[in-house]
Amino acid sequence: MRDFFSAVTGKTVRQVARLRGGGSALPGLVVERLDPGFLARVLQRLPYGVVAVSGTNGKTTTTKMIVEMLEARGLRVFTNRTGSNFSRGVIAAAVQECSITGKLDADVAVLELDEAHAMYFIERVKPRFTLLLNVLRDQLDRFGEIDTTAKLLQRIADATTEGLVVNREDRLIAEIGERTRARTVSPPSVREFGLSNALLSTFPSDDDFHAGATEVADSEERPDADVTLIELGDHEAVFRIDGQDFRTELKLEGLYNTFNAAAALSTVRMVTQAPVLPGHPSKYSTETTNEDLVQALAQVRPAFGRGEQLILDGLPLDLVLVKNPAGFRLGLASFDPTGVAVMIAINDQYADGRDMSWLWDVDFTSLAAQGVSTVSGTRAWDMALRLEHDDVEVGAVHENLSEALRAFRETSLNQPRRIYCTYTAMLALRKELAELTEVENVW
Amino acid sequence: MSETPELLIASLYPRDMNIYGDRGNVLSLARRVRAQGFAPRVVDVNPGDPLPDEIDIVIGGGGQDSGQNRVAKDLAQRADSIRALAADGTPMLMVCGLYQLFGHRFVTHTGDELVGIGVLDVETRGGAERMIGNIVLDSEEFGEIIGYENHSGDTTLGSGSRPLGKVKQGAGNNPRDGVEGARSGNVIGTYLHGSLLPKNPALSDFLIGEAATRRYGSFTPIAGANETVLLARESAKRRPR
Repeated sequence: MRDFFSAVTGKTVRQVARLRGGGSALPGLVVERLDPGFLARVLQRLPYGVVAVSGTNGKTTTTKMIVEMLEARGLRVFTNRTGSNFSRGVIAAAVQECSITGKLDADVAVLELDEAHAMYFIERVKPRFTLLLNVLRDQLDRFGEIDTTAKLLQRIADATTEGLVVNREDRLIAEIGERTRARTVSPPSVREFGLSNALLSTFPSDDDFHAGATEVADSEERPDADVTLIELGDHEAVFRIDGQDFRTELKLEGLYNTFNAAAALSTVRMVTQAPVLPGHPSKYSTETTNEDLVQALAQVRPAFGRGEQLILDGLPLDLVLVKNPAGFRLGLASFDPTGVAVMIAINDQYADGRDMSWLWDVDFTSLAAQGVSTVSGTRAWDMALRLEHDDVEVGAVHENLSEALRAFRETSLNQPRRIYCTYTAMLALRKELAELTEVENVW
Repeated sequence: MSETPELLIASLYPRDMNIYGDRGNVLSLARRVRAQGFAPRVVDVNPGDPLPDEIDIVIGGGGQDSGQNRVAKDLAQRADSIRALAADGTPMLMVCGLYQLFGHRFVTHTGDELVGIGVLDVETRGGAERMIGNIVLDSEEFGEIIGYENHSGDTTLGSGSRPLGKVKQGAGNNPRDGVEGARSGNVIGTYLHGSLLPKNPALSDFLIGEAATRRYGSFTPIAGANETVLLARESAKRRPR
């Protein structure tokens, strides 16, 4: 009865809010006030439970991979799209998608949890499975120190009931895995995703950045993780699963997404190997081969702005989101600059992080051979100063993004283009670009 | 054959104390040294490494509490050498974590005490408030200093140190005193990173000038501020906290 009441209330609020042109989180707010247990009840009724995805970087794309791989296995998935990863957004989405009896038409929920707001969520809902990706250094002005962020992620791990997937190559995340294994009271099983030794130097960790160096100490060969990324190519990768190698093409862009694909594979393996929760008819075949999963992975496209490719003036334009030194460095390493006109747009709005210090930890010398056409954003001059220190020539600086985009377009008419941009710069540029060419709706 | 005169920069603990782009300070100082007509030589000093023999400038950054524990031990062992260099007039710039350890002590928010080497007459406590944001200082000697602060350490100055500058926008050493940083002789401690030196060539020139005068007897600057620096300063000043 309570479910019925909350579902109907939420749906009514949503109708009214829509008529008034109001925000999407309002029904979530109202239902939460009236019935704080609603979300937990609705989600815990799902046959495969709740999968939480957290970490500082790559949540959106990794969540998308997990969702699409599970959907390819015939499961109906409830998820929070477009990074509305706060509980009210999740409740609002649940209200929208459930029936008036409060039943969510889904088999499993895969939810991206912002590490700061996850606490609020796990107080209400215990994830059955959790994937922890990384603790990178962006947004430290919001969350304080890396160690603090790691503690928040530890609490998500502590709340997880059945299975935890951790990044073996991220020291702080790997330690969370160790501590979880050592838990005395009903520890969840712990799996790891990782890299072959040969690939370690391609993915320097934040610890390596502290040293200002890229070399990674040679170490002895280690046992394979649950899923190990062992080879990288251009839109191609080899994953080792259960001692067997799977070579696959990928539509995803960027090296980090390829590494996160190993995370998604391990998580989906865990979910599909788990039994349906008690009280549910096992109407789905959970027999999924590794081959099937890799095939499903090959079909996943990047989430918006995460290595997205548009066509402008008949030539490709890549949008590459950069939020921290590791990500920017990987972005530079992922895409060959030869023959491509490059623009960089750096904003320091709240959602980007206000602190621009991290630009000094990125090595831009790979752009020196051909220079950067246009630099833009609220911190365009900081970026220009940074490039000057690496002897990278800058064509023009326009703080205003539309001016910059116009200038960039005019000076690069016969070339493919690439724009490295922070989050809010990305949103603004997509909007401008939507008037010039076809831009997909936000995932 | 005339060789370019060299200046040796000792970079303290770049492995542990380099969290907010502090590497940018080393990069920028080396570039400025070159622009002023000297050949920079940067030597990294990590825990256990020997200090180079002829140090002209010492520079250090900030880290997390965990890294700070590691370097505090190492720093204590070379405290005498560093104090001697400071007493002798060697210019030094210590940002954030090493600013704290160059003071008398740092008491963390959990009550642990890290003993510093006392080159600067300051004391720091882990505060409840995190002071974050774009910051602008006024300094008689260096003019306007522009940076970004991000610290919870609450620092107070004793009579043996004077502030680096007055806070025009931002928090500074603590939320009460309205000043930022500390100076004793040619040693500067500050919470400004962001990075500090690229946007504040006046500070680089101070370090270079003192170093060159000590080693070569005189210093005549040949490089002024460039336009990119001026515009980056202006844009940073306009940004909100």
